[in-house]
Amino acid sequence: MLNIVVCIKQVPMVTELPWDEKSATLRRDLAAGMMNPACKHAVEAALQMKEKHGAVVTVLTMGPPVAEEVLREALAMGVDGGLLISDRLLAGSDTYATSFILAEAVRKACPQFDLILCGAYTSDSETAQVGPQMAEELNLPAAAYAENLEINGRTLRVRRLVDNFRETLEMEFPALVTVSMEKYSPRYASFRGLEEAFSDRDIFVFNAQDLGITPENLAGHGSRTKVRKVFIRKAQKQNVMITGAAASAAGEFLDRYQGMISAAIGKSIESKKKAVE
Amino acid sequence: MKEKQKSIWVFGDYRNYYQNRVTLQLLSKAVDLARPMNAEVCAVVIGCDIDEWIMEYTAHGADRILAIDHPSLIGYSTEYYLSLVEQLVGQRDPDILLIGATDFGREFAPRLAKRLKTGLSADCVGLDITPEGLLVQIAPSFGGNMLAEIVTEKHRPQMATVRPGTFKEIPHNHERTAIVERLPLPDNLSAPRVRVVEYERAVEREHTIENASVIVCGGRGMGNRNNFKKLKELANLLGGDVGATRPVVYAGWADHGALVGQAGKHIKPKILFSFGISGAIQHTAGLGEANFIVAINKNPQATMMKMADVAISADAGDLLGSLIKELKKRIRE
Ligand SMILES: Cc1cc2nc3c(=O)[nH]c(=O)nc-3n(C[C@H](O)[C@H](O)[C@H](O)COP(=O)(O)OP(=O)(O)OC[C@H]3O[C@@H](n4cnc5c(N)ncnc54)[C@H](O)[C@@H]3O)c2cc1C
Repeated sequence: MLNIVVCIKQVPMVTELPWDEKSATLRRDLAAGMMNPACKHAVEAALQMKEKHGAVVTVLTMGPPVAEEVLREALAMGVDGGLLISDRLLAGSDTYATSFILAEAVRKACPQFDLILCGAYTSDSETAQVGPQMAEELNLPAAAYAENLEINGRTLRVRRLVDNFRETLEMEFPALVTVSMEKYSPRYASFRGLEEAFSDRDIFVFNAQDLGITPENLAGHGSRTKVRKVFIRKAQKQNVMITGAAASAAGEFLDRYQGMISAAIGKSIESKKKAVE
Repeated sequence: MKEKQKSIWVFGDYRNYYQNRVTLQLLSKAVDLARPMNAEVCAVVIGCDIDEWIMEYTAHGADRILAIDHPSLIGYSTEYYLSLVEQLVGQRDPDILLIGATDFGREFAPRLAKRLKTGLSADCVGLDITPEGLLVQIAPSFGGNMLAEIVTEKHRPQMATVRPGTFKEIPHNHERTAIVERLPLPDNLSAPRVRVVEYERAVEREHTIENASVIVCGGRGMGNRNNFKKLKELANLLGGDVGATRPVVYAGWADHGALVGQAGKHIKPKILFSFGISGAIQHTAGLGEANFIVAINKNPQATMMKMADVAISADAGDLLGSLIKELKKRIRE
């Protein structure tokens, strides 16, 4: 029977988090969490493989204790077990450290895995880096942005769209794939499933020590990047007012913003008359 | 001992127009960043029959080209590229390595960073350099509503993927020269574990209003059906789609599929034009993720005008006409 691990993440329900001006931090605590949409698609992909080929599906997440909610949700959708890694020591990890920690958890808790699935990107940070970096940690053949997965014996066939190229790839298990949101629309958790997920089924919680991660060895595998500051993009909303006759207003608008528009649409927009130096 | 020549590398991602452009944009930024550091700008080009790109990158700012040209490198295999760039970096120790945030780049870069045991920021929209040579990477975070300044303090190279369109390329100059190093394919290269079974250029993905990067929205202030129709012309010039408010849909100027808001579509364009729209909450509910809003209204006090990055106080029909005319003069395909 196949052994599939799906890495999922809890993300804030809204993209605009309350901002604490004084401490210049996000009030993450105020935002309700949900399962990151692409991760939910990955869970769906795993469940479809389970239905077709038979599989044990385990979901794995790292986060604060409330992140258990997304594991419960996945249980309600039909996965078989959940693992939560939760430890203050691990807070603030960048993708380099996160991929190490998740890989350690897989090595410790699910060493027999055939396939690891991740969401292709998260709606909060959108780096899309953790999956590919985990593949390196575990030295696995891998593919990102999978739209469709097929299994034939020990061979995994992945279809995906990358930079407008349609690719069909093949690799042998064990492998790691990140799943896009093109197909695999997630099922709803059944009421029965929800009830069960919140009652008798267990979720295992690990802290850093359980995984053998100490401040010392984390230093070697820990975050490489440092966030020096975070600022609100909204603050850049200048609310510039342009007035005057239509023709001159249109010209003024383009003079000021054509560079930005040009970048967004991928065509070059240039003023006829070159600026006089 | 002679001090090591500092260098900024740009990964040559050339598979289609967009990738080709982002590499040129990165070369241009690398030239800027290199100046205060007194560094060399180096492009890495890997593939089969790549002379075209060697010439292109030379003409767009590279001082040195590291080229590996070999028939077995056809097909853009992530694994081959990883092994080759990993080895090159190991041998030459660049200070900075920039990669375009294409789909390819965003899969390739994190894996490379992991192998090189260094940091990486994703999809940067700005780069800067400190006097100490620290690369300041400005990347969107938290759903794009915030920006973060990220640095990789201790590890090298400092790596970033950069959003296409962020920087402006240097004009092509065929008189520029570069040192071109043609390197052999190392013989310790193992066969990729991921096999490319099929590989073809996709037909353009269907354009829907939900994934359009530019949306031109019109409301009751367009005045009549003919004016409203002209929004399509602006949208076409910008490669975008037309959206509408409910009164407009009820009046039959637009299909229901174009309705934006609570009862319609939620949109997330990079740029939203809002013509003659008051900004009722049921409409603006659909604009949660519009990045840059340009509102045109004859009433400067309208809610939509207050929400906008740029508010143009004018008659919507007139301004639309002028904008189309002006854009046609300025757009180079
Ligand atoms: C349950 C419910 C659901 C709804 N769902 C939606 C929805 O999904 N989407 C939606 O759009 N609406 C929805 N509505 C309707 C919504 O409340 C507003 O009525 C609607 O958005 C207003 O559309 P508008 O801005 O085009 O028109 P108006 O509110 O009439 O605004 C027209 C604007 O154009 C300006 N204007 C007028 N003439 C000119 C001119 N010549 N040049 C420039 N500007 C001019 C005016 O100053 C004004 O600001 C819903 C309403 C309800 C009750």
